[in-house]
Amino acid sequence: MIDKRVESLASAVADICDGATVMVGGFGEAGSPIELIHALIDQGATGLTVINNNTGSGEVGLAALIKAGRVAKMICSYPRSLNSTVFPELYKAGKIELELVPQGTLAERIRAGGAGIPAFFTATSVGTPLEIGKEKRTFGSREYVLEFGLSADFSLIKCKRADPYGNLIYNKTARNFGPAMAMAGKVTIVQSESIVPAGEIDPENIITPGIFVNRVVLVENPQHESALVAAGVSYP
Amino acid sequence: MSPEMSNSEIIGRTRDEMAKRVAQDIPDGSYVNLGIGIPELIAKFVPEGREFIYHTENGLLGMGPSPAEGEGNPELINAGKRQVTALPGASYFHHPDSFAMIRGGHIDLCVLGALQVAKNGDLANWSTGGPDAIPAVGGAMDLVAGVKCIFVVTQHCTKQGSPKLVDECTYPLTGPGVVNRIYTDLAVIEITPRGFQLIELSPGVSFEYAQERTGAPLLPIAP
Repeated sequence: MIDKRVESLASAVADICDGATVMVGGFGEAGSPIELIHALIDQGATGLTVINNNTGSGEVGLAALIKAGRVAKMICSYPRSLNSTVFPELYKAGKIELELVPQGTLAERIRAGGAGIPAFFTATSVGTPLEIGKEKRTFGSREYVLEFGLSADFSLIKCKRADPYGNLIYNKTARNFGPAMAMAGKVTIVQSESIVPAGEIDPENIITPGIFVNRVVLVENPQHESALVAAGVSYP
Repeated sequence: MSPEMSNSEIIGRTRDEMAKRVAQDIPDGSYVNLGIGIPELIAKFVPEGREFIYHTENGLLGMGPSPAEGEGNPELINAGKRQVTALPGASYFHHPDSFAMIRGGHIDLCVLGALQVAKNGDLANWSTGGPDAIPAVGGAMDLVAGVKCIFVVTQHCTKQGSPKLVDECTYPLTGPGVVNRIYTDLAVIEITPRGFQLIELSPGVSFEYAQERTGAPLLPIAP
């Protein structure tokens, strides 16, 4: 019988190993799986490559993982934003590597990685410093650069509702990178605000089909990053 | 505040007036992406009888204004990570779909801020290229590569008084030859094969005043 539910956050992330590549869903705080990230901090894996649009804020969630020294490399589009201090300090000190990727290219690289597409051409970044080192080709009268698909050993994602088969629906703009990262993770781990019996989510409304999901853990009242940052919380 | 900085010395359009002027040039029914800063103000000035649909690249079409105090949702935000609302007829979607709208040429118009715009339409708005700068690009390069029409709204000069409209950009480019029109506190300017073509001067601004503050020749308005 298929049942992707796991009992605890700790067991959900138990096998994430040192040096793993981990995709982390979310755009800013919307969709950030804070509880899964905190479980990963407790678990102790280090030397990670993390793929996320940003680098977290304050000293909770992704920023706390970086602050704990567990992240060797970030692949992201926008590593500095409001209340983001942990990454900039480590980056300036040369203690963390950065691969800067335009946001649409990042999204498409993740989608391609999940869809079995090794590489694709795009016009984004042509004629800018971010084209350096990329193979170029002309289609019609326009130049394009070659970009490679991205996949990950693990993806950590937050959603609104799941069922035991791993079918997911999201909440508003917290959907963002979740569906693509679910496809691109070899092991996709989801925290969900509710888990309902199979059949209760209308199949017409399912956003991520369960085939892309390996584990679902219930986190009924997820914390909000902005509230934690405003309260000055630091994890652990 | 020193006397020479007082409001009585401000010449040209305010930020709100610049936003209002841009809104006049957006056709009815346009799908529009607004950048951070002055572009965000445009939504307040939709001309009577027109409807624009706002796209925010983090996954919402039909974005509405900020929520009332205490009614926001931390999972309903815009690209600037500020809380917004969803209007009737809105839709949510994931990142690859959102950027397919941008990169696939489905968004009609994008209004962005700028560090520099060159006379050939080159745009620099993501990095000063300084050795201490943390590079951060977000969706800017995707927008200029994929959106059909790019408007820039910006102050004519930096806070230090240097022209932002230049012969050639010295900052790293966001995209080459991508800008169609520039709206500043002093003027509206179109990028043409011959350079900066003046479309109109703001009330109280002379051609000489605008030219002195522009880093390349301004082509006068045709008589």
